Amino acid sequence: MPWTRNDMAARAARELQDGFYVNLGIGIPTLVADNIPPGIDVTLQSENGMLGLGPYPDADEVDPDVINAGKETITELAGTSYVSSADSFGMIRGGHINLSVLGAMEVAENGDIANWMIPGKMVKGMGGAMDLVAGVRRIIVLMDHVSRDGSPKFRKTCTLPLTGSNVVDMIITDLAVFARADRHSPFRLIEIAPGASVSQLRAATEAHYEE
Amino acid sequence: MARKLYDSAGAALADLLFDGMTIAAGGFGLCGIPETLIDAIHDSGVRDLTIISNNAGVDDYGLGLLLRNRQVRKMISSYVGENKEFERQYLAGEIELEFNPQGTLAERMRAGGAGIAGFYTRTGVGTVVADGKEEKLFKDERYILETGLTADLAIVKAWHGDVLGNLVYRKTARNFNPMAATCGATTIAEVEEIVPSGAIDPDHVHTAGIFVQRMILAGRNEKRIEKRILRQEA
Repeated sequence: MPWTRNDMAARAARELQDGFYVNLGIGIPTLVADNIPPGIDVTLQSENGMLGLGPYPDADEVDPDVINAGKETITELAGTSYVSSADSFGMIRGGHINLSVLGAMEVAENGDIANWMIPGKMVKGMGGAMDLVAGVRRIIVLMDHVSRDGSPKFRKTCTLPLTGSNVVDMIITDLAVFARADRHSPFRLIEIAPGASVSQLRAATEAHYEE
Repeated sequence: MARKLYDSAGAALADLLFDGMTIAAGGFGLCGIPETLIDAIHDSGVRDLTIISNNAGVDDYGLGLLLRNRQVRKMISSYVGENKEFERQYLAGEIELEFNPQGTLAERMRAGGAGIAGFYTRTGVGTVVADGKEEKLFKDERYILETGLTADLAIVKAWHGDVLGNLVYRKTARNFNPMAATCGATTIAEVEEIVPSGAIDPDHVHTAGIFVQRMILAGRNEKRIEKRILRQEA
């Protein structure tokens, strides 16, 4: 049984440490917020200029001036701070955010990531993704192991335009978890989904990794 | 001191607009956008605009109004995904688009307003964003050179403003507004509430009045919500 999206988010949440400042990307990574382990207190950052994100609002709490980077209504907490976009990206680029969890279209064995454009399709823009991968201290990617047509997404090199070069530290897919000690080391297979086999994983992965 | 407060957006803009000009606008998505001033720029019919703004509005609101009216020649943005008309014009080759990473865009506006010609950043190294840009090593890390941005006009939205032009923004509606306010040759702020001078605690001023040449009381505070998500739906 491959891991579900929530399983993947829960696995990423196990990487959180008490006191971390964390930026969660749009999509599956937002599920990480629902899976924070008990006893772990983290502060969520949103790159549009909010540090200390609360839950989604009740109907009577909706405030159009309080949104997250996905442009969704959100709430503040006791201790929330608001900053300008320049200060927000100062937090990101300056290495003050401990961890970011992002989605990806492709990751390469050297840690390159592609998650912002597909040539020939309408390009919506990179938003804050390039700043996040360049500046946040640790980058975890959540993605399906293979694309819809069955081709591997963890590859020798990315075929799509890069978001960042040699920036990914951990990859969590529906089949496996790969991690590396630092950005000079190769990825190593550290966990495999129940029912998936090592040989099945090799067949579904183009990248070289240690077992 | 010269009077900064104008009676209407049209009056504040009247002698400033010209075809081919560059306008920097605050806002993230539809949050904190100067909607009254955008409406007035739409009504003026000024064309061939270069717009510096993180996003491009939606089809019938915000900067999308200027796009739909064919007033925009070029957008300098980080994300334009919410605008179908923009997509149509872009794919038809009718509009130019320069993508900047969001943090780079914010810093380019901040730098431009602060007299910084350029800065080195790791963002975009090894990507198409680095194409044609100087690369330099600092402590064995690769950085690329990005340049400061300035505009003929900056338009911003604030919550409170006093008659001297001191501004306070509200919550995440702050976003790009403080940087936009600094990078315009002329900056016009539309504010939700005009307060007497001295009403804003000097320690709580977000943008000092020196950056704001003109002000209006916002006539439109629709504050349209892009994605209304409630707790029980999530």
